[in-house]
Amino acid sequence: MSKGENSQLCTEFAGIRMKNPIMTASGTFGFGLEYKDFIDLNELGAVVVKGTTLKPRPGNTGCRIAETPAGMLNSIGLENPGVDHFKDVILPQLAPYDVPIIVNLAGNTADEYGELARRLDIPGVAAIEVNISCPNVKQGGIAFGTDCASATGVVEMVKRNTGKPVIVKLSPNVTDIVMMARAVEDAGADAISLINTLLGMAIDIRSWRPVLGNTVGGLSGPAVKPVAVRMVWQVAKAVKVPVIGMGGIQSAADAIEFLLAGASAVAVGTGNFVDPRISVRIAEGISDYLTERGLTHVSELIGRVNDYC
Amino acid sequence: MRKLLMQATVLDNMRLTPTVNTLRILAPEIAAQALPGQFVHIKVAAGIQPLLRRPFSIADIHAEQGTLTVIYRIVGEGTALMSSFSPGDTIDVMGPLGQGFRLMGERPLLVGGGMGIAPLLLLAKALCPRPVYVLMGGRTQEEMFWPPLFQNVCESIHIATDDGSLGRCGTALDMLPEVLEQNKIDVVYTCGPRVMMEGVAKAAAEMGIPCQVSLEEHMACGVGACLSCTCAASDGTRRKICSDGPVFWAEEVFL
Ligand SMILES: Cc1cc2nc3c(=O)[nH]c(=O)nc-3n(C[C@H](O)[C@H](O)[C@H](O)COP(=O)(O)OP(=O)(O)OC[C@H]3O[C@@H](n4cnc5c(N)ncnc54)[C@H](O)[C@@H]3O)c2cc1C
Ligand SMILES: Cc1cc2nc3c(=O)[nH]c(=O)nc-3n(C[C@H](O)[C@H](O)[C@H](O)COP(=O)(O)O)c2cc1C
Ligand code: FES
Repeated sequence: MSKGENSQLCTEFAGIRMKNPIMTASGTFGFGLEYKDFIDLNELGAVVVKGTTLKPRPGNTGCRIAETPAGMLNSIGLENPGVDHFKDVILPQLAPYDVPIIVNLAGNTADEYGELARRLDIPGVAAIEVNISCPNVKQGGIAFGTDCASATGVVEMVKRNTGKPVIVKLSPNVTDIVMMARAVEDAGADAISLINTLLGMAIDIRSWRPVLGNTVGGLSGPAVKPVAVRMVWQVAKAVKVPVIGMGGIQSAADAIEFLLAGASAVAVGTGNFVDPRISVRIAEGISDYLTERGLTHVSELIGRVNDYC
Repeated sequence: MRKLLMQATVLDNMRLTPTVNTLRILAPEIAAQALPGQFVHIKVAAGIQPLLRRPFSIADIHAEQGTLTVIYRIVGEGTALMSSFSPGDTIDVMGPLGQGFRLMGERPLLVGGGMGIAPLLLLAKALCPRPVYVLMGGRTQEEMFWPPLFQNVCESIHIATDDGSLGRCGTALDMLPEVLEQNKIDVVYTCGPRVMMEGVAKAAAEMGIPCQVSLEEHMACGVGACLSCTCAASDGTRRKICSDGPVFWAEEVFL
């Protein structure tokens, strides 16, 4: 076994071999390199990089984050250097690491998603995560994630343009998450990740203005965890493809809840800001939990929540 | 330099004024590397409330003793919690973060306003033995607890208060041209409210004096990963204040 490997935790997820089922969530871990002083990237299950678009994007203006009870709102607006910079400058720097790199994509049209997927169908990219759930951009993003037909169109287009596993990231800002999950599964998704942030707002009572420059933003952190666990549980029961659960994970206990709810892997987002070593701590904590419970592999937890009776 | 995550011990947390404290912690690995202008990212309470860390400039270091000081104003939930840190407490600190000031010139001027004066204290120390000139502005005398802290690390201090209760009546900007000229300043460092820094940068540019500015923005990660803190650079590209800065050349970020 190579460094960072633990037989209780090694996982195969949608055809991707991972040392453990803990990934870093898109937009919260940069390109991974930003955290290399704090954590050995080789110890992570996978790194999911920031939402990438065809052209560089400057993101939204004004204040971009607001702290809220046990959480935060963000309205970054998909600032990123564009897919070509990612391929030419960032990806080579990630090459020395033995960790799957998953690229999160965002486009304005289904064609753009297809073009992005095509350009990223290259060595060094382990999988594509299709972000149809960003609440912070006017076009694309969430507009695709709240309408089954549009979501289906995007996923089909991406599938046609890549040989990589395609993970579709769902928005919680819908009435029926199961319907969305089934739609993207039918369209060919190899896996589903959820949840992206919940649309929220904060107001400054001194100035009577919104705190965020974009007025509204996406809520993440512990505050969203119960919503995320519920959605993961509903979706995991309804689809055959594996699910990556995320939303408010701050500890091994939180991650275990998601696994019991049916997630085959989890991602940590906002938690990285609080503790840059959180993913490794969670992996260790899950391993300890398995040992205490006399279990041999993390897969023994997946979807094992019992009925309440 | 390597960014670190460590458990630091609180040595003291003293009140400077009713709303400003000076916190000294034992953090040898951070203190050994920290440069003026860099900051630390402090987890103010265990658990999930408040969730995010709080960024503070490094106001002083004693590398031999392994100590590091931040001077902070109590403005909200996080800083109120910090004010209850007691000697012996352990706190979770990330640092040193960001790019600090470039030490240069023969006759530097440090222009500060509000809590932006904190990083200038360590900078003044680092610039010794050059003659360091300091110009600071504040609202009232109450905010001007700084001069004694600078006494042994600078050549002269010029003070402006809005109400004239200490030093000259007016703003630091009003006094800037004469301070620049009289002391033959050859480099300017500034940290404080944005309008002040823009004014300082403009005056320095007009006299052909290089100027470094230290910017502030709300920060989540503090290491360049989340893009909470980015700003537009003059060339149309973006900068991350936490990791490309907080210190920039004035012309890099101000138009
Ligand atoms: C690089 C840097 C260096 C700083 N150095 C100092 C210093 O030396 N001394 C000092 O007193 N203050 C300094 N600040 C400001 C300090 O970080 C805030 O005053 C502090 O975060 C307020 O926290 P709070 O919970 O008390 O306030 P709240 O208003 O309750 O905070 C709510 C949220 O807003 C953020 N926030 C509020 N005000 C600011 C601000 N001015 N800048 C950035 N984020 C803010 C907080 O971090 C928190 O996430 C610095 C800020 C930055 C970015
Ligand atoms: C600052 C920030 C930026 C984010 N950027 C992206 C993004 O670019 N693409 C994406 O799919 N999700 C993005 N997300 C959502 C996270 O990946 C994650 O789905 C969400 O934050 C919930 O997890 P958490 O509570 O652990 O943070 C972002 C979240 C935050 C806080
Ligand atoms: S605070 Fe996260 S990028 Fe600057």
